[in-house]
Amino acid sequence: MNLISIDKIKLGYNNSAIINGLSFDVDEQDFICIVGHNGSGKTTLIRGILGLIPLMSGKIKFNIDRNQIGYMPQETAVDPNFPASVFEIVLSGTLNNHRNFYNNEDKERADKTLRLLGISDLKNESFSELSGGQRQKILLARTLMATKKILILDEPSNNLDHKSKNDLYRIIKELNEEQKIAVLMITHDLDHCNLIGNKILSLHNKEYFFGTTEEYIKRVHNE
Amino acid sequence: MNSLIEMFSYSFMVRALVVGMLISLSAALIGTPLVLKKNSMLGDGLSHVAFGASALALALGLAPIWVSIPVVILTSFFVLKLDENSKIHGDSAIALMSASALAIGTFIVSLSGSNIDINSYLFGSILSVSEGEAYLALGLLAVIATIYIIFHNKIFALTFDEKFARAIGINTKVLNIIFAILCSILIVLGMRLVGALLISSLIIFPTLSAQSIFKSFKNVTIAATVLSVMNFVVGLITSYLIGTPTGATVVIANLFTLVVLKILNKIIK
Repeated sequence: MNLISIDKIKLGYNNSAIINGLSFDVDEQDFICIVGHNGSGKTTLIRGILGLIPLMSGKIKFNIDRNQIGYMPQETAVDPNFPASVFEIVLSGTLNNHRNFYNNEDKERADKTLRLLGISDLKNESFSELSGGQRQKILLARTLMATKKILILDEPSNNLDHKSKNDLYRIIKELNEEQKIAVLMITHDLDHCNLIGNKILSLHNKEYFFGTTEEYIKRVHNE
Repeated sequence: MNSLIEMFSYSFMVRALVVGMLISLSAALIGTPLVLKKNSMLGDGLSHVAFGASALALALGLAPIWVSIPVVILTSFFVLKLDENSKIHGDSAIALMSASALAIGTFIVSLSGSNIDINSYLFGSILSVSEGEAYLALGLLAVIATIYIIFHNKIFALTFDEKFARAIGINTKVLNIIFAILCSILIVLGMRLVGALLISSLIIFPTLSAQSIFKSFKNVTIAATVLSVMNFVVGLITSYLIGTPTGATVVIANLFTLVVLKILNKIIK
């Protein structure tokens, strides 16, 4: 089933287009890796899909409720010294424009998500006292609380050591396979894309490519 | 003890105490998200704009408070707009606006040649707070407290990570506008209390102090309000007992608390 259909979109800032004429679809259980050099428009594309910046032209058709999309920004968007408990952060993922308070069900879900990520012991810890890898997992837990159908991640493995990186990818892959959540992930890590993703969207030099990982590898070899 | 009984036998002192506590509570509640979002200089900039607007109103023979509130609200909207536009740096704009407003205010006062009491606007005159201002302070706190009770989870989400909050559908624009309006009213009222130069300290100090000991948003918010009220009461009483200016004494009480808590934090670690 088609979840999002992106049709010839143009996106950018201050009338200058960074993405122009891009089309692709996100299907149920897709694991799409978005690759491209710095400045190629990866984050701009995500921001456009999430409605954080307006489309200059083109169309994005959603076959799901937008509240069913979870988004994990780069860790750099968050102040590592912010005084917040892990549980405060994770629970905030359940909020939306119509919900102001948490109920018991939300708290149980937050506990379950922390267990799923193997970080139940951090529940009452302070965010500022955690390691980079732990902080990334907390932000992922918060995102999962908001995720029903699609998980969007912006370079989730930035600043992580090898082990934390592998852990994170394993968890995301499990969510994709077991809970049938479609994933859109910006990454520079092409090796992992080939291992865990089933499709690749490349924005290199404005020559857009969208296809399976096998097609992408074949294309790169032919070049 | 006798001095304290004597102090609160004056009705203007009781009014100063009540209004001061109301403003301190409001300042701590508004200050927590402002400081944690690293927007604390906004309070400073807006207080200087409030001074400029008050000077203009006095020169024109109008009531300062009713001229400054709309001017400061409009200015805060302008700064919010700048914040959304990543090409312009908000802090430079605040510094520019702050210096200009202060200069224009002083310029107007000196040109008008009137006997405007510039000191009471720069350094506050809490002992001459009117009944109307007292009701305004009470109303302001009631609105801020109600918003906090209903929206505290969303205020946390917005303060911690605005982009994520927007992505999950929280109307961050409306929340930011509400905060800008409340912050503006608080600054104009606070200017009467501790003056244009010192109101920003009431917004900034309690959160910084609370942050040195507490590590969750909820605890920082609660501790900031308690510390803010406590420092105000200590500052007011001390200023009466030793005959120092109230505004400056309140700020020194806040500074003292901050230093003590920072040292305690280092020792505990």
